[in-house]
Amino acid sequence: MEKPFIKLEDVSFSYESGEEGPVKMLLPPILKRINLEIARGSFVAILGHNGSGKSTLAKLLNLILFPTEGKIYLDGKDITDENMTEDDVYVVRRKIGMVFQNPDNQLVATVVEEDVAFGPENLGVEPAEIRRRVDRALETVGMSEFKKHSPHQLSGGQKQRVAIAGIIAMLPECIVFDESTAMLDPKGRKEVMDTIVRLNREKGITVLHITHNMEEAFRADRVIVISDGEISLDGTPREVFSNVGKLRTVGLDVPQVTELLYELKSMGYDEVDYTETDEEKCAEMLAEIIKSQKGR
Amino acid sequence: MLKDITLGQFFPGKSILHKADPRMKIILTLLYIVAVFMSSSIVSYIVTVAFTVILAVISRISVRVILKGLKPLLFIMLFTAFFNIFWTKGESEPLFAYGIIKIYKEGIIFAVLMIVRVACVLTGSSVILTYTTSPIALTDGLERLLSPLKKIKLPVHEFSMMMTIALRFIPTLIEETDKIMNAQKARGADFSSGGLIKRTKALLPVLIPLFASSFRRAGELATAMECRCYRGDKGRTRMTQLKYKPVDLLLLLIMVAYGAGVVLSNIYLGNLIVL
Repeated sequence: MEKPFIKLEDVSFSYESGEEGPVKMLLPPILKRINLEIARGSFVAILGHNGSGKSTLAKLLNLILFPTEGKIYLDGKDITDENMTEDDVYVVRRKIGMVFQNPDNQLVATVVEEDVAFGPENLGVEPAEIRRRVDRALETVGMSEFKKHSPHQLSGGQKQRVAIAGIIAMLPECIVFDESTAMLDPKGRKEVMDTIVRLNREKGITVLHITHNMEEAFRADRVIVISDGEISLDGTPREVFSNVGKLRTVGLDVPQVTELLYELKSMGYDEVDYTETDEEKCAEMLAEIIKSQKGR
Repeated sequence: MLKDITLGQFFPGKSILHKADPRMKIILTLLYIVAVFMSSSIVSYIVTVAFTVILAVISRISVRVILKGLKPLLFIMLFTAFFNIFWTKGESEPLFAYGIIKIYKEGIIFAVLMIVRVACVLTGSSVILTYTTSPIALTDGLERLLSPLKKIKLPVHEFSMMMTIALRFIPTLIEETDKIMNAQKARGADFSSGGLIKRTKALLPVLIPLFASSFRRAGELATAMECRCYRGDKGRTRMTQLKYKPVDLLLLLIMVAYGAGVVLSNIYLGNLIVL
């Protein structure tokens, strides 16, 4: 069997309390003994309500935070090993890129192409190669025509795509999107989401998409629900969203389509298959049911 | 409305001065300022004024912009000129005397030359540097020009990174100030009436949220930069490489010729018209 790309083994994390003292106090754990394997090239959505620990999980993967307990393996290599040098840490950060929520707070330079070049520049890539990577990355996210613009002239969605280009230019194997669509308007959200899906399908980049938007989670291959620092559901979007009862107990909303079908089923319409997620198919199914009702 | 502000005083264009290397332009500006202050004879002043006019013409910056740039310093120029007129003592008879106030020919000449000198330095350095160089190119040029100082542990790279980030965030913060002010106005805040103290006090509820959010931004930006493998200038390369082009050499030669012109006219033509 192929070994997993990312593997978490009994990973726990808690923040240290801010107060200075002889003994470092640990605050209640944010993550509790997480075990998780992520396959190369997969598209995983991580769901959870605020404070569930989903962003913390993301920050552990590229060593912005260090697990209190447990081990994390990347390509079979233990990245939580004590003998990791500074250079090793930067190798991990190059392989696992991260895009954050607020597009404004991750752009460094005053010109779009300069910003995209920032990552490769830090990695010490040859100037001519940086040029090629920047052009290719901007093309991938569809922002080539804006390369001489300044970030403040762009819309939220466009800024976020520039931020993504900045990560792509480092040639990562995996990109973690930490609620990267949360601050955008519906149009920007769609632009960014389409870009993310394309990166996964066409470039084969492993995607971890942290979100609390159910419709977005539907586009993933696998959905993991985190609640109170533990994995409470893990499976394909269909499997996870059909578990309506459990989703509600962890404080998550179910997609409207699923909710409608679920309610109908619990009202006694047994023929309803509430695991159907495609809106058009649902509409057809409902039309069928109404027709058969008329016939009765 | 606040979005349209121009950063610095940069006017994009395609003149030789726009195309020149920022490092060269910084060197040229320094040479130019030294040469202007070395001018001490009427002939060298004429050379300086002529040269400054030529620079302004080739930069294709409009006269209106240049005059506007001089305006803020008009008061200081007139002020110094005024003192020079009354305080300079000449050897010949005063042109005008009333009690203790005596005005000499030298005083007037000196005051006029002072104004000419300041106006030249201001116009020349802005057309060589600030009007024709984008702030980002300027920062970049300065970093590379000063990079030998890294050897004596001067944080040249860090300084230029700070400048870049400051430039990057100026529009963002202006936008945010605008938003906060509108939010406060909607809650009944009044920023436009009352005396100075009252108005300053009214700004406090704007500044505090602005500070708080800047700190949050700084934290997030630092994390994002770490994620993009930033670790100072250790092992860092740059996409845009600055290369001196023939244009730069040409400009340098012109500048040296001008400097030589000033020095020579000081030595050989200084006595033509004695000051």
